Amino acid sequence: MSGIVGYGSYVPSYRIKAATIAAQWGDDAATIERGLLLKEKSVPGRDEDTITIAIAAAKNALKRARISPDKIGAVYIGSESHPYAVKPSGTVLIDALGIGPYVHVADFEFACKAGSEAMFVAYSHVKSGNMEYALGIGADTSQGAPGDALEYSASAGGAAFIFGNNNVLAEVLHTTSFTSDTADFWRREYQHYPRHGGRFTGEPAYFKHILGAARNLLDISGMKASDFAYAVFHMPNGKFPLKAGETLGFTKAQMEQGWVVNLMGNTYSGSSPTGLSSIMDVAKPGDKIFMVSFGSGAGSDGFIFEATDKLPEVQDLAPKTRDIINGKKIYLDYGKYVAYRRKILYNK
Amino acid sequence: MRDVAIIGVGLTKFGEHWDKGLRDLIAEASLNAIKDAGVEKLDSFYVASMSSGLYGFQEHLASVTADYTGLTGVPGTRVESACASGGLSVRSAFIEVASGMSDIVMAVGVEKMWDVEDGTFVLSTASDQEYEAYNGVTFPGLYAMMARAYMHKFGLTREELAAVPVKNHKHAVNNPYAQYPFELSLSGVLNSSMVADPLRLMDCSPITDGAAAVILCPLDRAKEFTDKPVKIRGIGSATGPIALHDHKELTKLDAVNTSAKRAYSMAGVNSSDISFVEVHDCFSIAEIIAAEELGFFEHGKGGKAIAEGQGTYGGKVVINPSGGLKAKGHPVGATGVAQVIEATLQLQQRADKRQIQNAKIGMTQNMGGSGGSSVVHILEAV
Repeated sequence: MSGIVGYGSYVPSYRIKAATIAAQWGDDAATIERGLLLKEKSVPGRDEDTITIAIAAAKNALKRARISPDKIGAVYIGSESHPYAVKPSGTVLIDALGIGPYVHVADFEFACKAGSEAMFVAYSHVKSGNMEYALGIGADTSQGAPGDALEYSASAGGAAFIFGNNNVLAEVLHTTSFTSDTADFWRREYQHYPRHGGRFTGEPAYFKHILGAARNLLDISGMKASDFAYAVFHMPNGKFPLKAGETLGFTKAQMEQGWVVNLMGNTYSGSSPTGLSSIMDVAKPGDKIFMVSFGSGAGSDGFIFEATDKLPEVQDLAPKTRDIINGKKIYLDYGKYVAYRRKILYNK
Repeated sequence: MRDVAIIGVGLTKFGEHWDKGLRDLIAEASLNAIKDAGVEKLDSFYVASMSSGLYGFQEHLASVTADYTGLTGVPGTRVESACASGGLSVRSAFIEVASGMSDIVMAVGVEKMWDVEDGTFVLSTASDQEYEAYNGVTFPGLYAMMARAYMHKFGLTREELAAVPVKNHKHAVNNPYAQYPFELSLSGVLNSSMVADPLRLMDCSPITDGAAAVILCPLDRAKEFTDKPVKIRGIGSATGPIALHDHKELTKLDAVNTSAKRAYSMAGVNSSDISFVEVHDCFSIAEIIAAEELGFFEHGKGGKAIAEGQGTYGGKVVINPSGGLKAKGHPVGATGVAQVIEATLQLQQRADKRQIQNAKIGMTQNMGGSGGSSVVHILEAV
């Protein structure tokens, strides 16, 4: 049996409310909150970046895996906000956590699906017997240009998953991917902020790929929406994942636990992984979990997991995702927000 | 001048066609119309688009249309008059048939609007560049000024103004080609995002990809192709000032009035003979003023009359049975042709659930800019 043997997440404490951003730009807060179905988003602190978020999440995953870090044979971090254009994030992480040096490390990039991509490859290594354990992480300090609609949702956070063949917490039953060349959202080299195709990011991009992967997953598994206890989809805003889920026949009750976007925004590569982490916090043995990510450009990765009887033993060994999100919160005004996100130059 | 009839119509679904280009839309609507008419060949065609160049960098539409519709060799002409391009292309086709120069002529209108980031900029090129666009005024702003003036002068309430899109969405429910075929509540209009006070998002027609085509021939040949030809009984066209500030009155659209008078005169009918009208409701206020200029209501009374139900089934005149620009969609260059198609379908008793009973004479009114041009058609079942 191959699957998740350790998991954990991390979300920064800083928040900015959608209403604060709306006030800055003269937008109607109620319209924004209703349109995006989110009230606030997480913001990385001044000393936080994708690497620190990935490390914090991986530490929590190691606590639940109860394995020695040096047994991990591969580390993949998926993000679209790696601090360096050239120099891996993963090398900092392995040294910080005592993994390696006999470890395969790579940074992944595929817009918002880089995290699930890291998970996909990590899982494939252990399933093939190539190595005993492999770590896949999705983490981001997402970029959204001031004044852009993305500014309301682009947030910070991540989740880490250690895959292995022993003491599995959630077995991977099926995987799939659905990919095409669809330019809905991109950031070219030397550009600070991504650009997007407005409504083109909806039907022909997000929904086409999410539904394409999801339907294939249901098809190859021979399962239907009602067979699952939980479902999580990439969360660019509150509305899209619920609409995708409803289209497939999932109920709000199945999606609620993984639907963390309303409280923390869209953590890009960390979005559906964080939702999965939240589901793992409460899932019971035998529960089946449906997950589909989405990355612009565009593609979706799909997983079906089944929780094992080992999962309840470890759920309390590290902070739970919703406890982290609902824990300490420090609200920023817009001035502090742009300073923290280094959107302005300052001497302080 | 020969009498002219419409013998075939063709539409694409109006909406967001991410997987279809400008030429695909032209070909789909044109071939649908050619099939509907059952004609073997065309003698000539007109293609209308407001701004295919700015929307998709493609000009020279006559060649594109011919090439992708199997019409190479046939003479084709591009027609442009901002949002009235479509209506004007039908008028151009009419003139060519009426003159005796050609027998089978197509008018096709198209716009592919979703491929650009800033569609508002493209649309603003139909306003006065030196006095309006240069100073930052866009069409929502211009029509908002008209709405504000109308509400002040005639006591039209915000709720009464909202009755226009509520009605049009109700009509669109039964239109399979409509972009937004669903009902819209009064509160849905009143709570939608503010665009240009007093106009909210749900007062504004949407951005739409789509195409529409009609085939015309001499009336005396029409029965060769269809049992239900529709005669173009009257056409009126007029220009108006390019800038709103040059209108004599903010609450009037002189070009609409003049074009209507010409159409009525040519047709020998008046507004009481008309059972339905497709008007250019690019914004809620536009429908109200246009309905007045067309003679259906007294100046200043159209808004309240529509709010009281005089513009829907069972009222004085059914306004926008298709759902209008607001709910059916507004692919700018296609709109005027699509209006003529709705009128044709109604007069041929082919409008299914939105069929107006005993419809004999119908009207269309297609407008460019803030009243810079207007084309009116009066159609009759024969």
